[in-house]
Amino acid sequence: MSIAAHPGLQIWFKIALGVALAVALTFLTLPVAAIFVNSSPRELASSLGDPVARDALWLSLKTTAISLALIVAIGTPAAYFLATRRFPGRAVAITLVELPLVLPPAVAGIALLAAVGPSGILGGVVSATGIELVLQTAGVVVALTFVASPFYVRQAHAAFGSVEHTLIEASRTLGASEARTFARIVIPAAAPSLVAGMGLALGRALGEFGATLMFAGSFRGVTQTVPLAIYDRFATDFPAALALSAVLVAVSAAILLSIKFVVGSEILGGSASR
Amino acid sequence: MLHVDASARLGVLDLAIEVSIGPGECLALAGPSGAGKTSVLRITAGLLRPEAGRVVAGEDVWLDTVRGVDLPPERRSCGYLFQEYALFPNLSALENVAFPLRSLPRAERRIHALELLDRFGVGALADAHPKTLSGGERQRVALARALARSPAVLLLDEPLSALDARTRASAARELADVLRRVSVPALLVTHDFAEAAQLGDRVGVIDQGRMIQEGTATELAARPSSAFVADFTGAVVLTGSATPGERGLTVIELDGGGMVVSTDGVSGRVAVSVYPWEIEIERNSSEHGGSARNRLRAEVISVTTIGNRVRLGLSASQQLAAEITRASAERLDIRAGVHVTASWKAAATRLMHL
Repeated sequence: MSIAAHPGLQIWFKIALGVALAVALTFLTLPVAAIFVNSSPRELASSLGDPVARDALWLSLKTTAISLALIVAIGTPAAYFLATRRFPGRAVAITLVELPLVLPPAVAGIALLAAVGPSGILGGVVSATGIELVLQTAGVVVALTFVASPFYVRQAHAAFGSVEHTLIEASRTLGASEARTFARIVIPAAAPSLVAGMGLALGRALGEFGATLMFAGSFRGVTQTVPLAIYDRFATDFPAALALSAVLVAVSAAILLSIKFVVGSEILGGSASR
Repeated sequence: MLHVDASARLGVLDLAIEVSIGPGECLALAGPSGAGKTSVLRITAGLLRPEAGRVVAGEDVWLDTVRGVDLPPERRSCGYLFQEYALFPNLSALENVAFPLRSLPRAERRIHALELLDRFGVGALADAHPKTLSGGERQRVALARALARSPAVLLLDEPLSALDARTRASAARELADVLRRVSVPALLVTHDFAEAAQLGDRVGVIDQGRMIQEGTATELAARPSSAFVADFTGAVVLTGSATPGERGLTVIELDGGGMVVSTDGVSGRVAVSVYPWEIEIERNSSEHGGSARNRLRAEVISVTTIGNRVRLGLSASQQLAAEITRASAERLDIRAGVHVTASWKAAATRLMHL
């Protein structure tokens, strides 16, 4: 029996949908709006004049950009491998790659320390290469990459998996090697979803807090990203923390909007999995 | 010359097939879905690796599992027309056709691709993207793309099934024309015997991974080696030339002699088809029945029992098949070697352009 057969039911169903959306929108936008309501434009401007805030913002942008580049460079071929090859232990590999998604950030921080920290299982190997991670900017990049990459790899895996297989086969029969097929056919077909994945990873990296704090610490200009700077001020200077939060929201929104603008408005709007 | 000999286990299907196709010849593999038809194409193109097999095109060995030869698809010179055409959605029609022409300089690539599109009558759609094209236009672009590299072998997977009924007849005619002009071996796959008869110089009926019978469409329809082939072939196919005749009927001079009439209004080279169960059999050659009825004297060359029906292979100027009940076969004492008259209505006679 269809809902449409009962006009009364249909109206209630519509009202229920509308109410649900209104509640969700209010709940999700109110806190964000409150940031801007509570911080005057003057405070916003003055917080940008604060060298501590500027250092944090620059560090956040720099480390996020580097980790996103790493995630895309390694994650794209890795996701293609997962999507196109059948091998023993594939299901396990997929689960392991996605595991950081459900890891609490504090656990991620501890895990990174145990793995590549000074006394971690690979600590000797890392220090032998001359790279210092703990309490260093490089450590921030490692933490961001660790927590953000599953967002991209997961999306890329799904995107590659949904590329029509006959297109790949057609390309091969038309004389293109697997590498050329990947570049000319697969990447363009998967591009909208890949960009959506980048957006997700970028958002996660920009907001990263727990793992960075535990693994890299919170040193101004070295490891203190915007979220850490906000936390640092929160206890002593609430208006300043609020202003910095507003900056982070503005930057995130700007990045999100510019991705939408570049790739087309429908991409991050939900039809990316098409 | 294309030679494919392969055996492979594909899920529940146990494929073991051998085909040979001469230059300029088209072999149509026909069979029900799941028979392994497409797998033969995929093995030839290198998209599927059989457990054991050999694929040789002209002098080139593409696959030889004994000698460990297995060229990747891009190094086999195949023009592959996919069932849904597989045009690249992110590229225009022109870019699709230019895609395989990477060895040419950019400017020449464009010129050559445009020539190909023009040859298939879709030059005006060069800048259109596949999603804006109709089924028939897509097929032409896909054909132009498949032939762009001048492949050594042409592979066609259900080339007409993605088209609507109205486009299909004209597309079939054009495709038959293309196949006649190309000088390389062509392997075509279809689930429709009539399509196979129209497009293939020879037809191979395959079922459950095995070649059941191979020959011209007429041979298969007239002398099916098994009940399966008899059932699958369905219509009898004769060839001839049609001209308009009296009272709106079309008169067809059959190749090799004899004449039939049809209610279909088509002229030129035609394939004449009639269902075996439309054909009546008489032992004596009475000439009554009116001019709108086709009558051919023929010799019975085979008798195949399919349940309570009997399929008769008949040899007139061309071979044809009739189906009658077992009871009437016994009553008329039909055996191989006896002469009979086959008759059927002009209205049951279908004509297809060749």
